[in-house]
Amino acid sequence: MANIEHAPTAMSGYDAHAGHDAHAGHDAHADHGKPHGFWGRWLTSTNHKDIGTMYLVFSCIMFFIGGTFAMLIRAELFKPGLQFFDPAIFNVLTTNHALIMIFGAVMPSFVGLANWMVPMQVGAPDMALPRMNNFSFWILPFAFTLLISSVFVPGGGMAGGWTMYPPLTLQTGYALPMAIFSIHLMGASSIMGSINVIVTIMNMRAPGMSLIRMPLFVWTWLITAFLLIAVMPVLAGAVTMLLTDHFFGTSFFNAAGGGDPVMYQHIFWFFGHPEVYIMILPAFGIVSEIIPTFSRKPLFGYDAMVYATASIAFLSFIVWAHHMFTVGLPLASETFFMFSTMLIAIPTGVKVFNWSATMYKGSLSFEPPMLWALAFLFMFSIGGFSGLMLALAPADFQYQDTYFVVAHFHYVLVPGAIFGTIGAVYYWLPKWTGHMYNMTLAKWHFWLSTIFVNVLFFPQHFLGLAGMPRRIPDYSTQFADWNMVSSIGGFCFGASQILFPIIIWQCAHGGVRATDRVWEGARGLEWELPSPAPYHSWTEAPAFATLEHGAPTHETHG
Amino acid sequence: MMTRKMKINSRVLAAAASGLAPVLFAPAAHAAWTLNLTPGIDKVSRDIYGLHMLAFWWCVGIAAVVFGFMIYSIVRFRHSQGAVADTALTHSTRVEVIWTSIPVLILISMAIPAARVLVETADTTGAQMAIRITGYQWRWTYEYVGTPVKFVSSLDRTSDAARQLDSGIDPFSIPNYLLSVDHPLVVPAGVKVRVLITGGDVIHAWWVPALGIKKDAIPGYVNEAWFDVDTDKLGTYRGQCAELCGRDHGFMPIVVQVVSKDDFQKWLMQQEADLKTQPATAATTVSTTASTTAPSAPIEPAPAPATAAAGAATVAGN
Repeated sequence: MANIEHAPTAMSGYDAHAGHDAHAGHDAHADHGKPHGFWGRWLTSTNHKDIGTMYLVFSCIMFFIGGTFAMLIRAELFKPGLQFFDPAIFNVLTTNHALIMIFGAVMPSFVGLANWMVPMQVGAPDMALPRMNNFSFWILPFAFTLLISSVFVPGGGMAGGWTMYPPLTLQTGYALPMAIFSIHLMGASSIMGSINVIVTIMNMRAPGMSLIRMPLFVWTWLITAFLLIAVMPVLAGAVTMLLTDHFFGTSFFNAAGGGDPVMYQHIFWFFGHPEVYIMILPAFGIVSEIIPTFSRKPLFGYDAMVYATASIAFLSFIVWAHHMFTVGLPLASETFFMFSTMLIAIPTGVKVFNWSATMYKGSLSFEPPMLWALAFLFMFSIGGFSGLMLALAPADFQYQDTYFVVAHFHYVLVPGAIFGTIGAVYYWLPKWTGHMYNMTLAKWHFWLSTIFVNVLFFPQHFLGLAGMPRRIPDYSTQFADWNMVSSIGGFCFGASQILFPIIIWQCAHGGVRATDRVWEGARGLEWELPSPAPYHSWTEAPAFATLEHGAPTHETHG
Repeated sequence: MMTRKMKINSRVLAAAASGLAPVLFAPAAHAAWTLNLTPGIDKVSRDIYGLHMLAFWWCVGIAAVVFGFMIYSIVRFRHSQGAVADTALTHSTRVEVIWTSIPVLILISMAIPAARVLVETADTTGAQMAIRITGYQWRWTYEYVGTPVKFVSSLDRTSDAARQLDSGIDPFSIPNYLLSVDHPLVVPAGVKVRVLITGGDVIHAWWVPALGIKKDAIPGYVNEAWFDVDTDKLGTYRGQCAELCGRDHGFMPIVVQVVSKDDFQKWLMQQEADLKTQPATAATTVSTTASTTAPSAPIEPAPAPATAAAGAATVAGN
């Protein structure tokens, strides 16, 4: 830490802590302003790290609740015949599994990582809008209390799938308005979180941290935040129209009243497809941080990575109807959406090639974060391959709404988005806690997860091609074998995840002291801060000399 | 060709040998480790199968190259083996142009056949007969356009009894568990048939893998599709509803019986004759009982679940 210099802050209006030495250690001095008492610290927190922690803990809880739903689904599908659930309950399980995992687990986990890392990576003391940060987090527990309690109201929970297609979803009972209000709350939370990320990145970068020098995680989050602001209001509009159709006699989606059930699908997927990239772009950023670190080599093709991310974000707005190839679109539309969807393979391919080229002629070591990133690389690619197959509209006629699609999106979401998040936690956890975690347990967590995620999801490709539709509680006997394999994989994968909170808990409460750099090949501003990072990250903007030393991962160093 | 190669289990081969759809036709076989799509029974479904295999092999090829390169780097450049990173290797315009343009060419090689098959699936001109299909919660109705023949097709009673929660009936003891109906759709081989698909309450999807058709049945819309089954592919083919449509979405199968043109004419005339001897009101629920070709159709109409076919007001959560 001795070579760190300080420059006068370039951020007017952020002089509250001017004069403090950010690097004096992990003592009370650096923790200046840290509130005391449980409620004071957590309920009213405006600190990016505390709020980030709350987001991550929240998403972990949701991951286990959504995971419990998944275990119940796989238990029912373990063998043919109905063993545990009425079909209506089964539909509640699948619908809420998806809603909880998407809006409760994956999205908040990325916001939590952004809260922790964006200020540290761009050289800022905190997020730009700390009170809104607190608000956007504290909406979430209420939103999900509402959603989860909707499962238990008369008439049953939401059972029309997470896509909530009318007219089916309009048959829902009391759960409908509860779930819709809950989605409104989640949307408000996401939009506020995104505004915060954008304002922080645009206004609080350290001098010398130009946009095209930002770490990839910051870049991917910046683009994700714009996607969120663009599409969350679209979802809110779609579900509000469902609400008025159900309660106020409108006929937006009711054919008998002059409405159009297909219009809902267009609106929903105009949100839904960018949403898919919202759930993967930050993981792209994470992998772009981890692979250079453990290859001891700068990221290959940094500029191409940024442009590829932006291209994917742009394309995500013009491919939505590939979710609707079987609704009977005009031939010209189907052709357009097929071709535009195929185009996504190009920037995505560029990213995979760049990650591979980063490892080429590197010096690779395989600590837990790297293992998760490598698993991401292989298995996300498998999800990409099935995605390419799904893009071909005539072939999609056979894949649509089968287990082939289930396998596809679980490959991009579980070994993609979730492995990315887990990798990020293992990458930055020593920086957060100041301790190393149990490497052996973390490797067990990795190998068990990687083996069983494949046992769980790979057979679902076969089931789909053999003709098994998704969202069914019972199936014909020729699907029995692979379903049993998949369920066994599911139970083992689910059980393996219990290691994750145990490892984090241990790490938070002791362990070998982490160095400031933590990983030999780590580059970037966050590693210039002490471990654990001080309560207020960069109370003074890091000097240009610091930036040079802590050059972001993509820049040549040595 | 690939299907055969990729099959681990031979229990379905009996069905395959008799020229029936090996996947959805499960004889007494309990289970099958089926891995791949089946080619189907008409040109469109085989073209789709060909497209599927084209995309599949491209993916396998790309995976071999990309994963091979990654594995090579992982094995070759290990820190523990003293590898020293070449930190100057951060970009190469030449390589980046190559790995952007090669995928473009690969995509074009798939886009052209895909567009051709897509146009083919959309061309319903020259159809010799039409069938109107309507999805209801949770059964299908079939109307032979231009004839009075119209009937409801529901899950057969043995499957329906076995699929009740804790029924105690072993699904493996039921032939074609969940994939048989009381009144199958009977169609002629060698005739271009246009199907008009719509939904009566919520959205359903009519899917018969062997025909390569999956079309949503949407209230307020009439979707079109067509098939022209090869004359040597007579037999029974099975499918299911493919769009979540409520509680019993998993229990509204589709069974298509492909017969020769002559047998179809006989069957249709028999249906019309049956209708004349029955009160007109029964025409919508009764059919095929005296059919010469439809096997094992139960004499009694299938038991009606609590919801009537048109009961759109049902609360799905119950």
